[in-house]
Amino acid sequence: METTNENRISKSKDRHQKAAFFVFAVLGYFIVTILIAILSFIVIKGASVISWDFITKMPEEGMTKGGIYPAIIGTLYLVAGSMLFAFPIGVLAAIYMNEYVSDGVAKKFIRLMTNNLSGIPSIVFGLFGMALFVNKLGFGDSILAGSLTLGLLALPVVIRTTEEALKAVNDTFRHASYGLGATKWQTIRRVVLPMAFPNIITGLILSIGRVSGETAPILFTVAAYFLPKLPTSIFDQAMALPYHLYVISTSGTNIEESRPIAYGTALILIIIVLVCNLLANALRKYFNNKVKMS
Amino acid sequence: MIVGLLMLSSTITSLTVVLIVFFLFKEGVAVFEKKPVEDGYTIVINKNNKVRKLTSEEIKNIYDQKTTFWSQLGAKHDSIILFRVEDIANFYTEDQIGANFENLPSCLSSIVDSIPGIIAFFPEKYLAKNFKGKQLDIDKVSLKEFFGGEEWYPTAQPSAQLGVKPLILGTLWVSFGAILLALPLGLAAAIYMSEIADERIRRIMKPLIELLAGIPSVVYGFFGLVIIVPIIQKIFNLPVGETGLAGSIVLGIMALPTIITISEDAMRNTPREMKEASLALGASKWQTIYKIVIPYSISGISAAAILGIGRAVGETMAVLMVTGNAAVIPHSILEPMRTIPATIAAELGEAPSGGLHYKALFALGCILFVITLVINLTVEFVSSRRKGGNH
Repeated sequence: METTNENRISKSKDRHQKAAFFVFAVLGYFIVTILIAILSFIVIKGASVISWDFITKMPEEGMTKGGIYPAIIGTLYLVAGSMLFAFPIGVLAAIYMNEYVSDGVAKKFIRLMTNNLSGIPSIVFGLFGMALFVNKLGFGDSILAGSLTLGLLALPVVIRTTEEALKAVNDTFRHASYGLGATKWQTIRRVVLPMAFPNIITGLILSIGRVSGETAPILFTVAAYFLPKLPTSIFDQAMALPYHLYVISTSGTNIEESRPIAYGTALILIIIVLVCNLLANALRKYFNNKVKMS
Repeated sequence: MIVGLLMLSSTITSLTVVLIVFFLFKEGVAVFEKKPVEDGYTIVINKNNKVRKLTSEEIKNIYDQKTTFWSQLGAKHDSIILFRVEDIANFYTEDQIGANFENLPSCLSSIVDSIPGIIAFFPEKYLAKNFKGKQLDIDKVSLKEFFGGEEWYPTAQPSAQLGVKPLILGTLWVSFGAILLALPLGLAAAIYMSEIADERIRRIMKPLIELLAGIPSVVYGFFGLVIIVPIIQKIFNLPVGETGLAGSIVLGIMALPTIITISEDAMRNTPREMKEASLALGASKWQTIYKIVIPYSISGISAAAILGIGRAVGETMAVLMVTGNAAVIPHSILEPMRTIPATIAAELGEAPSGGLHYKALFALGCILFVITLVINLTVEFVSSRRKGGNH
C-alpha cells in the first residue's frame, strides 16, 4: 500500500518535471529561433546587395542607388575618435581603481557614478553632447563633438572590462615583483599590464562594436543626412552607418526604392558587431592558451 | 605625477555625470521661466474686455474654436473673433497699409479698438505706440501644465502646448508591454540554460545571446519596421501597423539578452551543495529549481527585470522607428504611441537652440535621467543586498 502511494507521488513528480522541462525547452528554443530568424533575415536580404561597389561608392540618385562609402568612412572616424578619447582615460581610471584605491567610500562613490553613467540612455548623451560640445564649446556639428559624445558613452565599458582584466591577474605576481624590489608603478607597467593586456584589448574591441552602432548620441552632434564628399577635418560633419540606416528606412521620398540599400547597411552593421565579437573571443582563447602553456 | 594622472582619469566618469546633470537641468528647468507664446509675439484683446489672463490651454481652445464666447472665460457675452495678421486684407487695402507696412501698427490698433470680441495674435513690433487695445497677460509655463497637460504640441501657434502626460504614458505602456513579453520568456530561457540544457547546448546558446545584445538598436528598429509592423497591421486589421504593440515586441526582443544573461548568472551562482542537498532529500530536479534555485537567485532575477525595464525606458531608435509617434494619450496598445526618448530624437533637430521647444526637450531629458537614475540605484541596492545577505 505504502509503496504504491510513494510510486504515485514520484510518478506525478516525474510528470510535473517532464511538463515543466518541456515548456522551458520550447521557450528557450523559441527565443533562439527568433534571434536566429532576425539575423538570417537581414543576412539573406542584405547579402545580395553588398558588393565591392556598395562599400566603395558614393550614394547616387537620392540614395536609391550607389554605395555607402562616406557612411562607412564616417563611422570609422567616429570609432577611432571616440576610442582615442575613451581608451587611455578608461584604462588609467581602471588602474587607479584596481591598484591604488583601497575599498572605501571613495571607491564606492566612483563605482556608483560609473555604473550610473553606463545606465544613462544614449539619447541623454545626445542631448548632453549637443549642449556641451556643439553649443557651449562651439565645435558645431562635427566629428570632434560626435567622437567625444560617443567616447563618454564608451568610457564605463572600457573601465569595467579593464578592471576585470586587472583583477584577473593573480596577486602572487604582484608580490613576487615587490619582493624583487620593484616599485608599485614598475610592477603595474612590467607585470600587471602585460598580463592583463589581452583582456584589456578584448574590452576595447567590444566597445568598438558598441560604439559603431550607436545612433541616438550622434543624431545632433555629427550626423549628416547626405554628404557627397568625405570629411576633411575633425570639424566637419560626417555621415555614419547607423544614422544612414535610420534615415533611409524612415524618411525621404524613396523609402521603397532605397530598401535594398537599407538591407545592405543593416548587414554591414551586423557584420561589424559579429567581427568584433568573434575577434574578441578568438583573442581571449588564443592568449588564454598561451598563458596556460608558458 | 603618475598617481595624479590616474586619479584624474578616475574622476572623469563622476565629472561627466555631474556635467550631464548640470547641462540637462540648466536647460530643462529654464522651460518654466518661459512663456508658451513665441518670443517677440503678443496677444491682444479689446480694451473693454474684462479678461486679463489666459492659460495656454485656454488660448489653444480659443484658436481651435472650442471656446467661442468670452462669457465662457468669465467676461461679457461677446462671441470671440479670431484675428491673424493675414486677415488685415479684409479690412484695409494694400495702399492704406503702406508698401513697407508702415501703417500696419495703427491699422491693427484701430481694428482691435473697433471689434469688442476680438483676439489678435501678431509680432510685438507691430504694436503701435499709443495702442488702443489690451495686451493679454500670459503666464509662464507651469509645473502643473507641464506634468498635468494632456497635449504635446510644442510648436502650436499662438501658444505651445507642453503637456508631457501622453509621452510619459506612451513610455510606460511600451516599456511594460515589453517587459511583460520578455520577462517570462527570458526567465524560461535562463532556467533552461542554467539548469536543464546540456553544457554543449549552453555553450552554443550563450554566445549567440550575447551577440544579440551587441546588435545596434537601429537594426532591431529596421527589422521591426519591415517585419513586425506589417504583421501587426494584418493580424489586427489596423490602418497603420506602427503601434505601441510593435514597440513592445521590438523592445521585448532587445531586452531578452539582458534578462537572460543576468538571471542565468544569478541562477548558476546557486551553491552546488544546496542543490545536492535538495536532490538528496528526494526532491526532483524541477522541485529543486523552483524551491531552491529560483528563491536563491531572486535578487539577481529582480535586478535583471529592473535592468530590462531600464533598457526599455531609455531605448530611442528602435521605438522611434516602429511606434508611430502620435503624441496622444494612449487608450490601447494597438494605437500609435510616442515615448519620451523618441520625442527628443524626433524633435530636437527642428527646435531652434535656446527656444521654448529646445528647453522643453531638455526637460524631457531630465525626466528620463531621473527615471533611469532611480532604476540604476534600485539595481545597485538589490544586488548589494544579494552580496551582503545570508541565504
